[in-house]
Amino acid sequence: MVYHERTAWSALLSTVLGVSVYVVLLLAAAGGGPVVAVDWWPLMLAAIGGSIALSILLSVVWGVIAGRRDRDEATVSDLRDRDIARMGGRVEHAFLVIAGLGVIVLCAVRADVFWIANMMFAGFAVSSVVGGLARVIAYRRGLV
Amino acid sequence: MVKPTRVTNAIRAHREEAGMTQADLARRIGVTRQTLNAIEQGKYSPTLELAFQLARVFGVALEELFHYPDAPEGQA
Repeated sequence: MVYHERTAWSALLSTVLGVSVYVVLLLAAAGGGPVVAVDWWPLMLAAIGGSIALSILLSVVWGVIAGRRDRDEATVSDLRDRDIARMGGRVEHAFLVIAGLGVIVLCAVRADVFWIANMMFAGFAVSSVVGGLARVIAYRRGLV
Repeated sequence: MVKPTRVTNAIRAHREEAGMTQADLARRIGVTRQTLNAIEQGKYSPTLELAFQLARVFGVALEELFHYPDAPEGQA
């Protein structure tokens, strides 16, 4: 597995885990009451920061293990990596635009700041997951 | 849905005839072994420059290495 494929897998796994932990903690903090009342932003920041840190850690550890097996595969990238990264970026961009429009709509109807922040968070999460899936599928199934 | 490519290639046959491994050939043209494997299997379309590099390694014309089927009447 090449460096950028490992990075794509690491980001995908850590995003899914980070979002799952955020939702579980948010619902636990709400304790059956309204989620709007929860002090959401420390949880959200922790989820985002934790996801990024986990992604870097996974990528580094995986890279060290892969480098022991094949030194060339540890860091080398080429045109296919660039093409797959571009395709994944386009997929991510589409979902970020949708989330941005959702934020504008929520602002227009003067929604609670909780929903506005979580709409954007959901946009980041969905774009990252879908973009990550698009990348790993392209690595496995091909990009022609 | 991405339309699958109709381009096929004979890279593997030429590579084996030349007694090269995927890793050898990949190093010669400056790509990873995985990328060369994807090209051989038709899962990735190489750039024109990469196609020329491959043809040059084997000393053959581009059309000997890459094939495109004749189109039905009225199609390119």
